[in-house]
Amino acid sequence: MSLAKPNAQDISTKKKVALGIGFTGLFILVLALANVELPYKGLFLTLSLGLIIGGVVIYSRDEYLTKLEGIKNDEAWFKSISSRGTWGWVLGVVLTLFYIVLYFFAELLGLGTDGASNTGLIALFDPLSQLLSGRNASQWFVYGTLYTVAIVAFGYKFMLKYRHNRYQQLRTASVMFFQMAFAFLIPEFMYRLNSDVPYNDIKNMWPLNYYAFDQWRVDQFINSGTIGMAFLIFGILSIFVISPFLTYKYGKRWYCSWVCGCGGLAETAGDPFRHLSSKKMSAWKLERWLIHTVLVFSVVMTTAVIYTYLGYDAEKYWFNKDNFLLFVGGFLTLVFVVIMVFKRHELGKDARYGAIGYALVIVSLIAMHYTGTTNEVFYLPAGGMRSAYGFYIGSIFSGVIGTGFYPILGNRAWCRFGCPMAAVLGFQQRMFSKFRITTNGGQCISCGNCSNSCEMGIDVRAYAQKGENIVRSSCVGCGVCSAVCPRGVLKLENGSLDGRINPTDVLLGNDVDLMELMNNK
Amino acid sequence: MKNIVIIGNGIAGVTAARHIRKLSDNKITIISAETDHFFSRTALMYVYMGHMKYEHTKPYEDYFWKKNRIDLKRAYIKQVLTDDKTLVTSEGEKIAYDSLIIATGSKPNKFGWPGQDLKGVQGLYSYQDLEKLEANAPDKETCNRAVIVGGGLIGIEMAEMLRSRNIPVTFLVREDSFWNGVLPAGESGLINKHILDHHIDLRLGTNLKEIISDENGRAKAVVITETGEELPCNVVGLTAGVSPNIDFLKESGIELGRGVKVNRFLETNIKDVYAIGDCAEQHEPIGMRRPIEAVWYTGRMMGETLAQTICGNKIEYKPGHWFNSAKFLDIEYQTYGWVFSERSKSEQEAHFHWMHPDEDKCITVAYDKDSKLFLGINTFGIRMRHENFDKWLTEKRDVDYVIKHLPEANFDPEFYKQFENQILAAYNNQLQTA
Ligand SMILES: Cc1cc2nc3c(=O)[nH]c(=O)nc-3n(C[C@H](O)[C@H](O)[C@H](O)COP(=O)(O)OP(=O)(O)OC[C@H]3O[C@@H](n4cnc5c(N)ncnc54)[C@H](O)[C@@H]3O)c2cc1C
Ligand code: SF4
Ligand code: SF4
Repeated sequence: MSLAKPNAQDISTKKKVALGIGFTGLFILVLALANVELPYKGLFLTLSLGLIIGGVVIYSRDEYLTKLEGIKNDEAWFKSISSRGTWGWVLGVVLTLFYIVLYFFAELLGLGTDGASNTGLIALFDPLSQLLSGRNASQWFVYGTLYTVAIVAFGYKFMLKYRHNRYQQLRTASVMFFQMAFAFLIPEFMYRLNSDVPYNDIKNMWPLNYYAFDQWRVDQFINSGTIGMAFLIFGILSIFVISPFLTYKYGKRWYCSWVCGCGGLAETAGDPFRHLSSKKMSAWKLERWLIHTVLVFSVVMTTAVIYTYLGYDAEKYWFNKDNFLLFVGGFLTLVFVVIMVFKRHELGKDARYGAIGYALVIVSLIAMHYTGTTNEVFYLPAGGMRSAYGFYIGSIFSGVIGTGFYPILGNRAWCRFGCPMAAVLGFQQRMFSKFRITTNGGQCISCGNCSNSCEMGIDVRAYAQKGENIVRSSCVGCGVCSAVCPRGVLKLENGSLDGRINPTDVLLGNDVDLMELMNNK
Repeated sequence: MKNIVIIGNGIAGVTAARHIRKLSDNKITIISAETDHFFSRTALMYVYMGHMKYEHTKPYEDYFWKKNRIDLKRAYIKQVLTDDKTLVTSEGEKIAYDSLIIATGSKPNKFGWPGQDLKGVQGLYSYQDLEKLEANAPDKETCNRAVIVGGGLIGIEMAEMLRSRNIPVTFLVREDSFWNGVLPAGESGLINKHILDHHIDLRLGTNLKEIISDENGRAKAVVITETGEELPCNVVGLTAGVSPNIDFLKESGIELGRGVKVNRFLETNIKDVYAIGDCAEQHEPIGMRRPIEAVWYTGRMMGETLAQTICGNKIEYKPGHWFNSAKFLDIEYQTYGWVFSERSKSEQEAHFHWMHPDEDKCITVAYDKDSKLFLGINTFGIRMRHENFDKWLTEKRDVDYVIKHLPEANFDPEFYKQFENQILAAYNNQLQTA
């Protein structure tokens, strides 16, 4: 049984013009990529980025400001690009190819290797890079610039789309700011001030930033004096102190929907694809296996990497190898025991999986201790593990699949299935956080708008129609489920830990005795 | 182990089934002529508008039914033989039951208008209606204009649907202001304006006289009673309310009124036959409720209740405080307790009304003129917390208390502007001048 998919409506002339402008901007980039020698690179680069942003701005204004404020999801499942139609697949393939080239064949983009000057696309970005940091562009600079442009331009679009919703506007302004300032401008300026400090986006914390504690970085931080040490200490505090505290107070949304760059792109440029995430129970199962496997992998890998460089220079590293392993093991054991003692009943069946994950890490630590006399862990060189992680998780998963597949898997495939940071924050959110999505008594009509809009594939309706709060580790607190609910059923809230998880059988509004009977069993 | 058969896979029937399964091991069969699986009728509009696909309107994944041992059968029941405890399908198949739950919902009203059965004339209730609308009005080239007859909740949804495809819509409303049998004047006025803002040609105080056919038996125009004006159109939406879908029960011996007559235990006059949801009609209205309540929530509550009775814990249907909600295009509406329109309210009911000067937001609080007892609230464009009002109604709070504590009940998303202080100021103001 299926309904025919009607054709999407024609777009207005103004939108056609906007598309023309935007694609002209893109075309300049394509010309540069094809090694067409463009004079006045600075001018052409400005023109290109300006046209792209201008195109998006004009398009968005015509799309949203010509209509009354409200939910704007008309035709999302009809338009080819946002319903896995031909255009969706074309875009998916183009993005995927772009990521493959970016990660593995940067010379195709014109990266000058061995001191040669840049050509092609990367050379086009040299003037901007010179302006900011005083050095020539790299493929990462090009990527960073385009990424920032995308977040800013599509962030503007998103803010118009939700111009009746302050929560959406504020968090979008926030991700735009963090991307622009912390991921893009500040690191470039830092380089100008102190070129010994490695590129450091301080909001990009371990384990999302899997190279945070790589030897070369730590060395550079330590060697570059106070500022480097400050960064290093901030990096450690971020994951062990700041982030647990903020997650306790506000849920993981403070990071995933307000700060994070991956989340930022997903929420802005990725917004038109949010409904494509799978809501099936099977997808949820896969999600839990995958994301926690990545987390275990990332913990073991990082431990191994740090382990291999510890101890060979007692001057630089106060820690020695064995103390470090003991410390990691001890810390994880502490966390594990605390959870098993206090939160076992909340975990339910998941407790078993938690135990498996914990056991895996501990076994790896022991293995490191016994096999890792030199550079080997598990008979695998730690460096090998590190590069495998970088390749499979850092590049293929987070980039190629995570972003390239936006039009196929939805905009948060990486955040949902792969991001180890999301796993850590999610775990805290589930166990120790005031955050929940409250459902409004008996008002749900099971329409499914919330589930449909959930980019994390949470079946929000399954909870709402039972009058049960949504307390899920994967929820990034984007607030879109709440926005689209036509009956005002959902509210993102920080409240007391008591009664945060409240399964109900009979909803508010029915006979009070029956509610008593069924809900307080 | 009883053999329980449920006719109708809507919210009422499905809730009953789910709860019976929770409480017992009985055999459960749900029969429906409409779709293989339960879907949310309230979401039909979003499918046409492209927000969702049909599959997303299903509240449970398809594996759910087998896992919970609830058998699904696609068939139309044309006869209920209560003496033999048997159902007969339109194919002639016989299905036996020990207990029968009738949860057959509603059908759109037709008031005998000339031309009401022409092609292009349709209601909006079922999945099949959605398919029809997709065929009748796929785009504005095929459908140059649609006329909607009947200014209720489904009518305004249908208007919104058609507008999402840029189809010009004329909306005929019999009342002189939208839904003013239910809404107080200020609120009804707000919605009138909002409808016009959406470029819907709203005709108040206007009745349909007839629908004119073209040479192929397809609607080509409607005629308006008051003016005799003839409006060319390709689609006519009949949305003048719904009534219980019970014609197939006429010969069954089950007592019928407008709906299937039930007592407070949701029992019909025949043993082991029950009725719930839109199609059930109470002998005596419960409190201020109507004898037939065609809303989602009551269907669900009846299902929750009846499951107890069927599983041996006989309890009355005793719904709590009334609540409801809807969305008029972009304006959300919630109501808790009772707020009546000027047309139907009692002498004792007084209203405090607040309206935002330019945003589409307003509230009406109903209270008893003498005792100041809080009776109910309507909110437009502001979300409120069900729990608070339910509690305040139970505690029999007065209107002063409710207005003062309004901020606690606010359910709008974080960072939204809050209007409770303005509301309180307006309230104090009005009381002083009054
Ligand atoms: C467009 C629309 C929007 C709505 N929006 C809201 C809303 O926002 N809020 C709200 O509270 N309510 C809303 N309603 C009303 C709400 O959907 C109904 O009150 C509710 O669905 C009724 O549920 P039910 O289980 O009683 O019956 P139904 O959902 O109507 O289910 C009855 C089923 O029984 C089947 N059936 C009937 N007779 C037979 C037979 N003889 N043999 C086999 N099968 C049969 C029907 O085909 C149907 O599938 C809306 C209704 C519509 C149409
Ligand atoms: S549950 Fe709601 S707030 Fe959480 S991720 Fe999904 S849509 Fe966003
Ligand atoms: S919570 Fe809201 S959006 Fe979700 S199913 Fe219920 S009414 Fe629909």
